[in-house]
Amino acid sequence: MNKPPQNSSPKNTSLKNTSTVIATARLIATKDLRVELRSRVLLNQVVPFSLIVMVMFAFALDSDAVLERVAPGLVWLATLFSVLIMVSRSFAVETADGALDQLRSAGVPAMGIFIGKTVALMVQLLVLVTLLVGAAVVLYRAQVSWSGGVLLVTTAIAATCGLAAVGTLYGGLAAGAKGRETLLPLLLLPVVAPVLIGATRATESAFGTNGIAISEGWPWLGLLAVFAVLFSVAGAVAFGPLLDD
Amino acid sequence: MNTTDTTTSTNSSPRDRVTGTPFTRGLGVVILAGMTLLIILGIFVSPADVNQGESVRIMYAHVPGAWLAYLAFVVTGISSAAYLWKRTRSLTWDRIAGASAEVGVLFMGISLVTGSLWGRITWGTYWTWDARLTTTAFLFVTYIGYLAVRGLGGTHQQRARRSAVLALLAVLEIPLVHFSVQLWNTLHQEASVAGRGTDVEMDGLMLFTLFLGVVVFTLMYVWLVLHRQRSLALDDMLDDSGLDNALTARRAEAQGVAR
Repeated sequence: MNKPPQNSSPKNTSLKNTSTVIATARLIATKDLRVELRSRVLLNQVVPFSLIVMVMFAFALDSDAVLERVAPGLVWLATLFSVLIMVSRSFAVETADGALDQLRSAGVPAMGIFIGKTVALMVQLLVLVTLLVGAAVVLYRAQVSWSGGVLLVTTAIAATCGLAAVGTLYGGLAAGAKGRETLLPLLLLPVVAPVLIGATRATESAFGTNGIAISEGWPWLGLLAVFAVLFSVAGAVAFGPLLDD
Repeated sequence: MNTTDTTTSTNSSPRDRVTGTPFTRGLGVVILAGMTLLIILGIFVSPADVNQGESVRIMYAHVPGAWLAYLAFVVTGISSAAYLWKRTRSLTWDRIAGASAEVGVLFMGISLVTGSLWGRITWGTYWTWDARLTTTAFLFVTYIGYLAVRGLGGTHQQRARRSAVLALLAVLEIPLVHFSVQLWNTLHQEASVAGRGTDVEMDGLMLFTLFLGVVVFTLMYVWLVLHRQRSLALDDMLDDSGLDNALTARRAEAQGVAR
């Protein structure tokens, strides 16, 4: 990696920091995705888990009509449960060899680590959500039209961005030392309630459940976007202090 | 802020390790008097409600309790910010935040339970998904998580920074949750529960008793937080002195061996 030249001018310093942060983010994101490609934990373990959850919902709810009606909610519930596992996995990768501590002591900007891990988590979540929507179409007889599809894709992007940001932030807090892993669900689930509400309502519109028009879904997208932006910024700022333990 | 003397010498008397001061003792007397008055007024003297009958008396515990819980969380948020800001950084702010959160969780639990019972008697239901109630439940769970994080261990500064960041994130998240639940609720045009506690025409004595309740509970909050943050300070001092003692013992051992 190129070492940036020593320069004490404040303007240059801030430019240097931004490019370092972006470079770090890109490195970490590609590293995480490469680890996933090679170990296939998402594909082999998390996806089957979420599909099993979808099947379990069918056992619990026991009625085709009910399932078709609540399909959007079930998709996002299964996603939320999977996020818990994926965040734990994302940080287990770092703490296994103390890599996170070494990254920090090497002076790698925490904001870069946060952005990188968030992007990687978001990509994995997008894959998961796509598969779960497919499962809903198959298992619960959900239906997606073309215009509904546009809404669905936008919803998925906004929701997974928010989930990835919050997950990485609280995952950093809950990572590592014993007695912490069980904290993650307790801390994370209350925070992602707005995402659950917004994503479910938007997906209901996209599926046309209960005759809800597609136009009614777009305001919920606003909520999801606000959440994503708010927690991406808050996470980028708060990740450093939380990590420096 | 009055704290007890920091002395670890064996000459310290038990009085040095007490968290009370003349101020808190005086405050305690005032609270006891106020609470007695509140109980007398609330349970015996004030009139029963026209619609709700005697069950309205739950309000005298429920409303001040809820007010106390919100106050406690605001104080936790402010203290956390005060800790994180370099110019006012001091572990006292961290302890105030922790003590306030503990008191807040307690009173939030009390207010949720009393509210639930009141709702059951008056409106026939223990729970309803309106925005304020749901947000309150979320606040409750969030601060239980906050207290769990405070117990994670590490140095005092690590604990302080971790919990301060968490408290500020909670301040960010709670309005968002409230807003989302409110949006969600406007979808369901269910018959809304008649205004909880927003009785427009309250008998003068009822109003007075309610305000008395709020004042007494606030004083009680101050008293509880003062004592609790002092006992947290003593806990921290105990941890520190434990480490010092261990170091001294090890050094003494080393010297013994060196001979």
